[in-house]
Amino acid sequence: MAKFYASTSADNSLAGAGSRAGARGQGFWRDLDWTLLIAGLALTVLGSVLVWSASRADLASPTDPQSYLKRHVINVVVAIGLGYLASRLNYRWLRAYTPIIYGFSFFLLLLPFAPGIGMTVAGARAWIDLPGGLTLQPSEFMKIAVILMMAALLSERKDIETEPSGRDSLLALAAVGLPTAVILVQNDTGTVLILGTVAISIIAVAGVRTRWLVALIGGAVLSILLAIQLGLLKEYQVARLTSFISPDIDTGASAYSANQARIAIGGGGWFGTGLFEGPQTQGKFVPVNESDFIFTVSGEELGFIGSVLLILLLAVLLWRAAMIAWKADDQYGRLVATGVLAWLAFQTFENIGMTLGIMPITGIPLPFISAGGTSMMAVWIAIGLLQTVRLHEVRSGI
Amino acid sequence: MHVSERSNLRLIVLGILIFSLLATLVARLFYLQVMEVDEFRAAAQNNTVREVVEPAVRGLILDQAGRPLVSNRTSIVVTIDRAELNQQAKSGEAVIARLAGILGTTSASISERLMPCGIEGAPKPPICWNGSTYQAVPVAFDVDPQTALAIMEKRSEFAGVTAKLTAVREYSGPFDVNAAHILGYLGPVTEEQITQQDQSTAYDRLRRTDTIGRSGLENFYDTQLRGKPSVTTLEVDTLGQIINYLDQKPAVSGDYLVLTIDAKLQSVVEKQLVAAVQRAQGQGYPGDSGAAVVVDVRNGQILAMASYPTYDPSIWVGGVTQKQYKSLIKSDSLSSNATQGLFAPGSTYKIVSTAAAGKEGYSLYSNYNCPKQVKLGTQVFRNYESSAYGRISLARALEVSCNTVFYGLAERMWEAAGGSDATRDSADPIADAASMFGFGTPTGIDLPVESAGRIASRAFKVQNWEAKRDTWCANAIAGYPDTRKTNPKLANYYTALDKENCADGFRWREGDALNAAIGQGDTTVTPLQMAMAFSAIANGGTVYEPKLVKAIMGADGTVIERIAPTVKSKLDLPKSTINFLQNTLPGVTTDGSGETPFIGFPLNQIPVASKTGSAQVTGDKISTSWFASYAPANKPRYAIVVMVTQGGTGSKTSGPSVRKIYEALFGINGTTVNPNNSVLVGGAPSKSLPVIRPDGTPVTPKGKMSGVVTATGSN
Repeated sequence: MAKFYASTSADNSLAGAGSRAGARGQGFWRDLDWTLLIAGLALTVLGSVLVWSASRADLASPTDPQSYLKRHVINVVVAIGLGYLASRLNYRWLRAYTPIIYGFSFFLLLLPFAPGIGMTVAGARAWIDLPGGLTLQPSEFMKIAVILMMAALLSERKDIETEPSGRDSLLALAAVGLPTAVILVQNDTGTVLILGTVAISIIAVAGVRTRWLVALIGGAVLSILLAIQLGLLKEYQVARLTSFISPDIDTGASAYSANQARIAIGGGGWFGTGLFEGPQTQGKFVPVNESDFIFTVSGEELGFIGSVLLILLLAVLLWRAAMIAWKADDQYGRLVATGVLAWLAFQTFENIGMTLGIMPITGIPLPFISAGGTSMMAVWIAIGLLQTVRLHEVRSGI
Repeated sequence: MHVSERSNLRLIVLGILIFSLLATLVARLFYLQVMEVDEFRAAAQNNTVREVVEPAVRGLILDQAGRPLVSNRTSIVVTIDRAELNQQAKSGEAVIARLAGILGTTSASISERLMPCGIEGAPKPPICWNGSTYQAVPVAFDVDPQTALAIMEKRSEFAGVTAKLTAVREYSGPFDVNAAHILGYLGPVTEEQITQQDQSTAYDRLRRTDTIGRSGLENFYDTQLRGKPSVTTLEVDTLGQIINYLDQKPAVSGDYLVLTIDAKLQSVVEKQLVAAVQRAQGQGYPGDSGAAVVVDVRNGQILAMASYPTYDPSIWVGGVTQKQYKSLIKSDSLSSNATQGLFAPGSTYKIVSTAAAGKEGYSLYSNYNCPKQVKLGTQVFRNYESSAYGRISLARALEVSCNTVFYGLAERMWEAAGGSDATRDSADPIADAASMFGFGTPTGIDLPVESAGRIASRAFKVQNWEAKRDTWCANAIAGYPDTRKTNPKLANYYTALDKENCADGFRWREGDALNAAIGQGDTTVTPLQMAMAFSAIANGGTVYEPKLVKAIMGADGTVIERIAPTVKSKLDLPKSTINFLQNTLPGVTTDGSGETPFIGFPLNQIPVASKTGSAQVTGDKISTSWFASYAPANKPRYAIVVMVTQGGTGSKTSGPSVRKIYEALFGINGTTVNPNNSVLVGGAPSKSLPVIRPDGTPVTPKGKMSGVVTATGSN
């Protein structure tokens, strides 16, 4: 513990620099976390192949069967570009402009309510309709903004040894609470759950007193139960959240999805049916299997081996995120990395878990894999932010 | 704890949490993909593979000359999809009401058809829905095209209702032939039959949408008649759009049955059975049921077989209504009296007693005493109308049907077997002879159900006693307390009877033996068994299995199977005994109890061997009228049995119909015999099989023999 302590408190100690002796230098490319980058790229390529397989069947326009894939590739290129820009951001600049980023994101979040701009998909009014058939899901950017804002608020004290003040903690809670309320109104339950776990993780790692943390987690669990009990959630939302418990009994739409998803994955076996050969995938029996249910394509066509490889790649990526958080040389960087880690981890678990029938069905994408431009951009920006934290850590360690 | 330490610890906890969640995913993935893979693979296949099934054209049923007795026609059938109906308000009450209006029926009569059999409040089969839950239920047949069009045009008013052309069976054979009990009918496949197949995946397995033979030949030869459906196996996507053609099996038309039945003869026999019943009723008797059978004695083929009362088989085509079904049950017309009805054979059974006497070595040519009655303790066994004939030959005793002669023979056989000291294993010659003739066991006819009948015998008495002993003994002890209150004398009588039965009801008593010798007591037979027994005498000792089908042919005319005569058993009798019966029975028709109905019949050209029967029935019922026969007695071809319950004497009620059938068979007009006038084409059953044209239609006899009435000037 003492050793970690030494290497993470870079602000007031130069001792940590010793561990990075070989990495000393100013080269951006050299100092990047290449493992993180390669894992992200590998996942994105794998995701594109899966999206291709899932979208060939019926999303493709008759004149160009690859049209959906092409759009996905454009999204990926733009996303990686944004990720590069994010990794090039000046650390201080980023921190200074966080309130503006947060404000702008919150403004975007309200746009779906505007008539003529907002769009409802699968019951959630969480999309902005852009010209040229493009859509934007501002809640994806909001996740980043919330992470940055909370990290900034909870690292107001320069001294890492000092726990966040009560005022800062409350402000941080407000920073997540405000957009969460809006997203709840937009019926995007999945994103609410992710924001909740991200917020709890950041607050926990920020070092608030244990009793506050316990109270916070207890409060979150209680409010979910209350929401169900008091009928604040709409019937279909409850159905979505509970249908995973007994998908064979419920015959509603969400149970159908859960059931078909399990059939697809279960049918894959050790090695899968082979790419483009899965009957459930190619027959489109699993709804939205190019986005939310993309893991069923992997499960059916690539089998257990392929799917475990996919999970391993995600695990490598999360491991790198955790290490960046661990080694971060200031509270701000640590909390940003922690937020990103929690976000990607819980979104991965929730998404794959729902296709396997162990988590409720919510409409959130699988990071790096699912089709969907906004999500892809958001996760690549997150990779960029992780790199920024990492680069700052390496450079300040000189 | 320092804040940074706390932060580190929490980051570690978060990391552990995250990686255990990922491990959970891998474990769950392993469970689904490796442990349960087979189940999910099957589910995936269910999802994507669809079968488009078109049932094959069901095979025709032709008579021995090639005339169709059952064919196919198209009918506009209105069906209701229950699943779709149930999604509507009040389970689609409004739709049913509208449909009832347009079909001119009541909502109730449509609703009762939609109820699955077995649920509370559902009517009994076959009115209730016996088919699958997923199958559309037919509620109206032969709907006129205007009504069908009206239904199909107003989809919103008739949601879940479909009207479409469907192939149905046509039961309108030539010459107004009925033959309901022979042909049978179709019905929807039952859930039970589906499960019996044990998840068969054969493409010609029974499917929930199939209709299958439910009785008669339609049932017995269902597999052959049904053919194989055309099945196209498709891979579809979630919208039902075809992704891939996986397999294509062409339909194979059902095979044709060529019957041994002759439609024209069948029509004559059916009319003559009704005539016999009417004769009984004309004498003031109930004449409540009857049967008539015509068999080719040389091979066991049934040329005609009728049962009274009967019903119109086409009522099944539309599915019977509750009202129709109730009247079917009330009239007791569903089962065939020829093959399922059990009746005391009466004096026709004397052929059995005679055979037993011959086999046991009693002289068939000695004279026997024929007093008007014999006494056995307090019991008196009488002759018919108490006539006495003095000392007569056994042949004469058969001719005049003298009971007391046969009582004497039975008594001697009973004494020889040990009399009252006999054990349950002692000899029982009359019962043995009866089973030799095929009584007491099913004939083996190619129909799904028939009765075995029962031979009164030592064995039966023991069996009966074992079954009833406990009741008898209990009653003997209780002493009928209820009856005793009002009638102590009757109670004493019952008690004494049960006491005796309890103690030694297994004993084959002398009285049992006497009754058995004249076909009374516990013996019951089917008219078909009687016809097969007389055929055996006629052909010199072979009991054939009766057959209704002589060949199975493909729809293209190829012969798939000729059904050869099957020997059920041989009469194990001395040749002299069979000869005695063959030589004696024609005398019944010329000089005996069967004489009256054949007065004026050219017996010199077509001698007829016969035996009458007027079997007593328990209670105050009128006797069962039997007339069993074969002809020509010198060169036997046909055996005919006609029977009417509560019909009076064999000679008066059944005899005249037997005569009429022989006249039709041999082409007899007055005293002239002309085979060209026979109801059979060429004067005899066809030796060759009918010709089937390439289009599947059979070549039928021409002119009057075709049986097709050509309508003129209609429309």
